Amino acid sequence: MDGWMDGWMDGWMDGWMGGWVDGLLLTIGITSSFQMQFMLLFSRQGKLRLQKWYVPLSDKEKKKITRELVQTVLARKPKMCSFLEWRDLKIVYKRYASLYFCCAIEDQDNELITLEIIHRYVELLDKYFGSVCELDIIFNFEKAYFILDEFLLGGEAQETSKKNVLKAIEQADLLQEDTKVSFSPSFLMVWSRNAAEVRDSCRGSEQADWV
Amino acid sequence: MPAPIRLRELIRTIRTARTQAEEREMIQKECAAIRSSFREEDNTYRCRNVAKLLYMHMLGYPAHFGQLECLKLIASQKFTDKRIGYLGAMLLLDERQDVHLLMTNCIKNDLNHSTQYVQGLALCTLGCMGSSEMCRDLAGEVEKLLKTSNSYLRKKAALCAVHVIRKVPELMEMFLPATKNLLSEKNHGVLHTSVVLLTEMCERSPDMLAHFRKLVPQLVRILKNLIMSGYSPEHDVSGISDPFLQVRILRLLRILGKGDDDSSEAMNDILAQVATNTETSKNVGNAILYETVLTIMDIKSESGLRVLAINILGRFLLNNDKNIRYVALTSLLKTVQTDHNAVQRHRSTIVDCLKDLDVSIKRRAMELSFALVNGNNIRGMMKELLYFLDSCDPEFKADCASGVFLAAEKYAPSKRWHIDTIMRVLTTAGSYVRDDSVPNLIQLITNSVEMHAYTVQRLYKALLDDISQQPLVQVASWCIGEYGDLLISGQCEEEEPIQVTEDEVLDVLEGLLVSNLSSPVTRGYSLTAIMKLSTRFSSVNRIKKVVSIYGSSIDVELQQRAVEYNALFKKYDHMRPALLERMPIMEKTASNGPTEIVQTNGEAEPSVVEPKHPPPVGQPASQGNDLLDLLGGNDVPVIPTTMPTKPASAGGELLDLLGDLSLGGPAPAPPAPASQPPFLLDGLSSQPLFNDIAAAGIPPMTAYNKNGLKIDFTFERANPNPNVAVITIHASNSTEADMTDFVFQAAVPKTFQLQLLSPSSNVVPALNQGTVTQVIRVLNQQKQQLRMRIKLTYIHKGSAVQDLAEVNNFPPQSWQ
Repeated sequence: MDGWMDGWMDGWMDGWMGGWVDGLLLTIGITSSFQMQFMLLFSRQGKLRLQKWYVPLSDKEKKKITRELVQTVLARKPKMCSFLEWRDLKIVYKRYASLYFCCAIEDQDNELITLEIIHRYVELLDKYFGSVCELDIIFNFEKAYFILDEFLLGGEAQETSKKNVLKAIEQADLLQEDTKVSFSPSFLMVWSRNAAEVRDSCRGSEQADWV
Repeated sequence: MPAPIRLRELIRTIRTARTQAEEREMIQKECAAIRSSFREEDNTYRCRNVAKLLYMHMLGYPAHFGQLECLKLIASQKFTDKRIGYLGAMLLLDERQDVHLLMTNCIKNDLNHSTQYVQGLALCTLGCMGSSEMCRDLAGEVEKLLKTSNSYLRKKAALCAVHVIRKVPELMEMFLPATKNLLSEKNHGVLHTSVVLLTEMCERSPDMLAHFRKLVPQLVRILKNLIMSGYSPEHDVSGISDPFLQVRILRLLRILGKGDDDSSEAMNDILAQVATNTETSKNVGNAILYETVLTIMDIKSESGLRVLAINILGRFLLNNDKNIRYVALTSLLKTVQTDHNAVQRHRSTIVDCLKDLDVSIKRRAMELSFALVNGNNIRGMMKELLYFLDSCDPEFKADCASGVFLAAEKYAPSKRWHIDTIMRVLTTAGSYVRDDSVPNLIQLITNSVEMHAYTVQRLYKALLDDISQQPLVQVASWCIGEYGDLLISGQCEEEEPIQVTEDEVLDVLEGLLVSNLSSPVTRGYSLTAIMKLSTRFSSVNRIKKVVSIYGSSIDVELQQRAVEYNALFKKYDHMRPALLERMPIMEKTASNGPTEIVQTNGEAEPSVVEPKHPPPVGQPASQGNDLLDLLGGNDVPVIPTTMPTKPASAGGELLDLLGDLSLGGPAPAPPAPASQPPFLLDGLSSQPLFNDIAAAGIPPMTAYNKNGLKIDFTFERANPNPNVAVITIHASNSTEADMTDFVFQAAVPKTFQLQLLSPSSNVVPALNQGTVTQVIRVLNQQKQQLRMRIKLTYIHKGSAVQDLAEVNNFPPQSWQ
C-alpha cells in the first residue's frame, strides 16, 4: 500500500507542486532530526557522478531534487560558505578539484562535522585510488559506492578509523577476485597499493577488470 | 553469441559521444543487447550487464528493467554477483516497489552467511532501504548480530537497528537487552554506532530516555579519555582524537541532560573541559566546539558555562572561515531569546556580518540583528539596517522591510522618528513591502495628530521625486487628501515649510491618475484624495471636472467611484462636507484578520459586522448592492437588508458607505486580501465586482474518524474560479494525549489537480482543545465526482501512527 501515491502522482501536480513536495519533505523530516538524507557527487559541468539516497523517494523526485541542487550549488560563488538552506533541509557541500560533494542534513545536525564526513570520504577515495581524480570515480563508480557503504550506513558513519574502512574494502575486493579470477592475493595487495600507477592501464581490459 | 562489452569499455565509448543524441543512441543499442541477454537468462554476464545498467542509470536513463536481475545476482553464490546485486538493489529499488520484498529471504540468508563481508552487504542494504515489512521480518537477525563479538558486524548491526527503529518504532524494546554492554566496547566503530543507536532510542521514547540517564557517567568517562588520551594515529584528525565520536557523545549528552538537573550537573565539568581544551585552528575542532555549545545551551547548565558558550560563538564570528561565522550566527539566533544580554555584547560584530559577501551569512546576520534591536539601541541599529536595506539584494528587501516595520512599531523613540523610518523604507524599498504596510502607516499617521502637517509635507515632497513606488504613492495620496489644507497653509513646525498652491497639488494627484506607473489601486486612492480636497480646497470646479471625466473610465472600479462622487456633488451636496470630514483617530487594532471596529463619531452608522461565515443567502440583489459597495472595504460580510432601488430614499444606507459594507460574494475570500482595515474611506476593494453564485450551503462532512482522530471537511467555492473547490480540513483529537508531528497528505485522481496549503500547526491538541486546519484546493475542470485518498501520519504517545483512507462521500455540491 505504501506505493499507492505513485500512480496517482505522475503528471497531475504540475503547476501545483509547491505544497505537495514540501509536504513530502516534512514527512521525511519527522523520522529523525539528525539523519543525512542523501549525498550527491557531481562535476563542475553538472554531471552526476554518484548518488546515495537514505530516504525513499521516487525516481522523479530524485531527479528533480538533483537538478535543482546542482543548479543552486553551481551558481554559488567560490567565496561563499559551504551551507545553504533548501526546503526544510540544510545542504552542506564542498568542492574538491572538479567534483562537488553535496550532503543534505536535517535542521538539528552539525554542519561542520558533516564537512568532516565529506572530507573523510574524499580521503578514503584518495587512499584507495591513490590521488583520486574524477576519472577514477567515473570509471570505477561501483568502487566509490562500495567505499561509501563501508563508511556510512543509513546516513550515519559506521567507522571512524580510515584504516579499518580500507582494510574492509581491500579484503572484500580480494574475495571478489578469488571467486572470479585466480589472482594471487599478494599480487592484489601490490596492485591496490600502486593503484595510481596501474590505474590508467587497468581501466582497459588486461587486469583485474572483472565486469 | 559474443561476450557483451565490458563496463569500462562501455563507459569509454559513451564518453566519446559528442552530442546528447549520439549518447542516447549508443545507450539504446546497449540496452537492447542487455535486455536480450537478460531474456536468455545468461548467468555469466548478468553481473557485468547490471553494472553497465547502473552506469546508464546514473546518466539519467531508465534502468528499472534491471530490478529483477539485481535480485537474481543477490541470490547467486558468487561474492562479485552479490556485491553488484546489492548495489543495484540499493540504487534501483526502494520500498515503493513491491519487488523489494522478494529480497527479504535472500537478505535473511545472507545475514546468517559464514563470510562477514556477505553479512555486511546484507546489513548495509537493509539499513539503507529496508521497508517496514522487511524490518519487521529481519529485526530478530539484526538483534542477534548486535550481540556478536565481531566488531565489523556489530557496528553495522547497530546502525541497522537505528533504521529498524525509525521504520517501526515499536520494535525498539527488542534491542534494549543488546544495548547493555555496548558502551564498554573498545572499538570506536562500535562505540560510535552504539551512541547513535542510544540517541535514536532516547529521542523516540521518554521511557528509554529515563532508562539511559544512568549512562551519563560512562559517556563522560569516554569523552574524557578521548580528550586526555595522547596521539592515536588511527582516530586522529588534525590533532584531535576521533571528532566523530566526540560529536556524537556530546549530542547524546545533550538529549540526556535536557530538563534534568542531575544529569546536567554530572556533565558540567566535562563540557567546560571540552570547551576550553579543544584546539580551534581547524574546522574539526570548531565542529566539536559547536556541538558543545549546542549542548550547553540545551541542558540545565550553570550560568558561567552559558557565558563561556556564547563567547565561543562570539569568537566564531571573528573567524576567517565563513562556515564558522555562519554557524555562529545560526546558533546565536537560537539562543538570543534565552541569553539576550550575552548575545548583545557581540552586537557590533554581528552588524558587521551584514556586510559579508555571502548571502547565507547576510541573511542570518539580518535576522539576528533584528532580534537584538531594543529600546536602547534602536536608533543605531536602525541606521545600520536601513543602510543594509538600501544596498542589499532584492531577495532580502521584503523581509528586511517588514523587520524594520516591526522593530519600529515596538521600540520607536518618538512618533516623528517612527514616521521618518517608515517613509525611508517606503522610498527605498517601496515595491517590496507587504500589502498591509499601507493601512498600517496610514493608521499611524492619523493617530499622530501633531505630526500631520509635517508628514503631509514630507510625503508631498517624496511624491515629487518618485511616483513609481506604489505603497508610498498610496500613503501620500491618502495624506494629501486628508491633510491637503495643512499642506497649502504651510504651517510646519518641524521643518522648513514649503509653498505650494492648490493647483500644484491637484496637478500631482491628477498626474497619478494618468501615469502608467500607477496601479489601479493607486488611481483609486488618488481619485478619492481629489474628492476629499473638494472640501479642503477652493477649486471645487476643477475637482468636479476631474471626477466627471472618470465617470467614463474603462477601469470599472474607478468609474464606479467617479460616478458615485459625481452623485455626491449633484444630489447630496449638502452632505458632502460631513461625509468627507477628516478621519477620526483610529483605535489600535490587531494587524491581521478582519477588524471589527465600530465607528462612533456620528458620521457613520455603526457598521454592519457580520460573523465570519455568513449564513447562506440566495441570489443577492445585485444592482443596489454594487452601488452601495463603492466605498466598501474588502471585508466580506453580506448585507442582509433588502436593497433600496432608489438611492434617494437611502440616506441612512448612503452613510453606511463609510462603514463596513462590502461586496456581495458571500463566500469569504481567500485570506490574502484581508489586509486593509475596512473602515478607511479609501479602502479600495480588490474583490471582483460580479456577484458570485452562493457556494455557501455545502454541508460539511467527516472524512475520517479513527483512534480518536477526527478529520472534518468544510467547503467553499473559490472566487473567482468556480472549478476550484476550497476544502478546509479540521483535525481534532479526542484522546487524552496530544498528537504531534501531524502530517496530512492528500492525493486525487489524475483528472483533478490538488494544492495543499500549509497547516495551521503540526500538533493536534488532546481532548478536543483545538483543531489543526489546513486548506486544500482542488481544481476540477471536468466537474467529475470528487474522490480523494488521504494519508495521515502523527506521533501519539511516543509511537508513530500512519493511516490511509479513501474519501468518496463528498457532497455533490462540492464538485458539481
